Amino acid sequence: MQNHVLDYLDVTVKRLPDKVAFTDETESETFRQVYDKMNAVATALLQRGMAHEPVLVFMDKRVRTIITFFGVIASGCFYVPIDEEMPAARIRLIMENCQPRLMICDETTIEKAHAFAGQTACVLYEELLAVKPDQEALAAVRQAALDIDPIYIVFTSGSTGVPKGVAACHRSVIDYIEQLSETLGFSEETVFGNQSPLYFDACLKELYPTIKFGATTYLIPKQLFMFPTKLVEYLNEKKINTVCWVVSALTMISAYGTFDRVKPEYLRTVAFGSEVFPMKQFRLWREALPEAHFTNLYGPTECTGMSCYFHVDRELAEDEPIPVGRPFKNTQILLLADDGKPAAQGETGEICIRGTAVTLGYYNNPEKTGECFVQNPLQSAYPERIYRTGDLGRLNDRGELVFVSRKDYQIKHMGHRIELGEIEADVSAVEGVKLCGCIYYKEKERIILYYVGDIDKAALMAELKEALPRYMLPNRIEQLSEMPFTANGKIDRVRLKEMYAELLAEKKSRRAE
Amino acid sequence: MEDILEVLQEVLEELHPDVDFEKEDELVDRKIIDSFDIVTIIARIDEEFDVAIPADKIVPENFNSMEALAKLVSELLDE
Repeated sequence: MQNHVLDYLDVTVKRLPDKVAFTDETESETFRQVYDKMNAVATALLQRGMAHEPVLVFMDKRVRTIITFFGVIASGCFYVPIDEEMPAARIRLIMENCQPRLMICDETTIEKAHAFAGQTACVLYEELLAVKPDQEALAAVRQAALDIDPIYIVFTSGSTGVPKGVAACHRSVIDYIEQLSETLGFSEETVFGNQSPLYFDACLKELYPTIKFGATTYLIPKQLFMFPTKLVEYLNEKKINTVCWVVSALTMISAYGTFDRVKPEYLRTVAFGSEVFPMKQFRLWREALPEAHFTNLYGPTECTGMSCYFHVDRELAEDEPIPVGRPFKNTQILLLADDGKPAAQGETGEICIRGTAVTLGYYNNPEKTGECFVQNPLQSAYPERIYRTGDLGRLNDRGELVFVSRKDYQIKHMGHRIELGEIEADVSAVEGVKLCGCIYYKEKERIILYYVGDIDKAALMAELKEALPRYMLPNRIEQLSEMPFTANGKIDRVRLKEMYAELLAEKKSRRAE
Repeated sequence: MEDILEVLQEVLEELHPDVDFEKEDELVDRKIIDSFDIVTIIARIDEEFDVAIPADKIVPENFNSMEALAKLVSELLDE
């Protein structure tokens, strides 16, 4: 029985050694090359005495980064991906959490890495590659591997300002990849166009099916996602037939009439998730690609990736959100009411997930883990952890799960999961800020920050860029002389939202004059 | 044109109050603006000028500077 994610590659490298596995702007690597380089990286780590511990991977988004991930796993360690655009302050928090002994860099990041490395050793990918693979040592590590051991930690927004590291093991990833592949019909013919960054679980969708089936993945240059016509031309040039993208990347194409000029000619599988797909935009996609299959995916990082799917195979009303659908095989959704009992038929409850895909929890964080990874309240006879998502959902008349809202201040913005509380925590930490409140103005998909203090907007933004990843930066900052409060003394977010609506209305009337 | 520049400056400074948009002419190439920003800028231009920027105009050349963006808006307004 398969108990290791790299078993996929072991089989494929024998079958399709010379086929291209991964491609970026400058490099292409075949399965044989990926395999050999992975083994060099892994051997180098073994020689440094690394075992069952986190290894930071701080590299530009390239094929070599993927090889490094696999190399870390092959050494029996687990990778912690860090993005080159992540501000140093955030990386420091991540390092405090997982205390890595080693960080793997490339020439674009090594300098920056030295600035915050502290006790952590920095090493270049190129140096690791120079090591001759020790097949015997690697086989021994593989022989001793357990499928309950972690293979990665990815960090997600935490409401107190400290990111939380979700650790996932072989078994969860294998389960996810098997079910996802069956659901979306991946095969050796699949040509993926990857959009998601490598420092999130989202990229699992391409990386592991590629080595499972002997498919090919193109890492699409990030800049192309700013320019829709060029992006579609790229998809056609590379004959990409499968994309698993965030909704905002898809609407970037459909919203500006791109399809009038150029259409993706080879695209047959379009999966999207984590956000509401505006029906108008979705219809543009379906008109442009009548042959393609469209699938909505839903799931939290804490359950490895995606947990539910809905093939959009029927006409939906203009105001009907695309359902989250049904869970993958080997996953169950529980809708729990506030008392921990199942929600009544058709009633709203918290979406809770059980199954092998439930991850190990938050790394070095028993408190947060205990809050969300809990004993199944429906049975007390044996230990069984489920994950409470904090999402509210209900079943529609067809028995399909529909997302309703969040229980807290977590938002989805351009495909990213963000805790407004984390932004506020970082704003409050800036000198000169007295009070702040952050809202998400859904209608315009904008994060608006209101604050009271002595610092001006430009200086505040400059500070925030040092603390927050780019996708968490407010789209607009407004300075107030007084913060509105509710009767019980909390910042009045409803009022803040009204204030922004008033501001927009005021602008509109000013223009009309 | 002056009016357009003034509004655009407001729009851009809302996004990046710490950038000098009068001087900067490599907004895309130096990665000062990203795909999130482009979407917001297009939406804000639509709000402010009632102008929809078509896909074939969404190219790096038109977004590298405030000046280039103003020229684009002005052309679209004349159409």
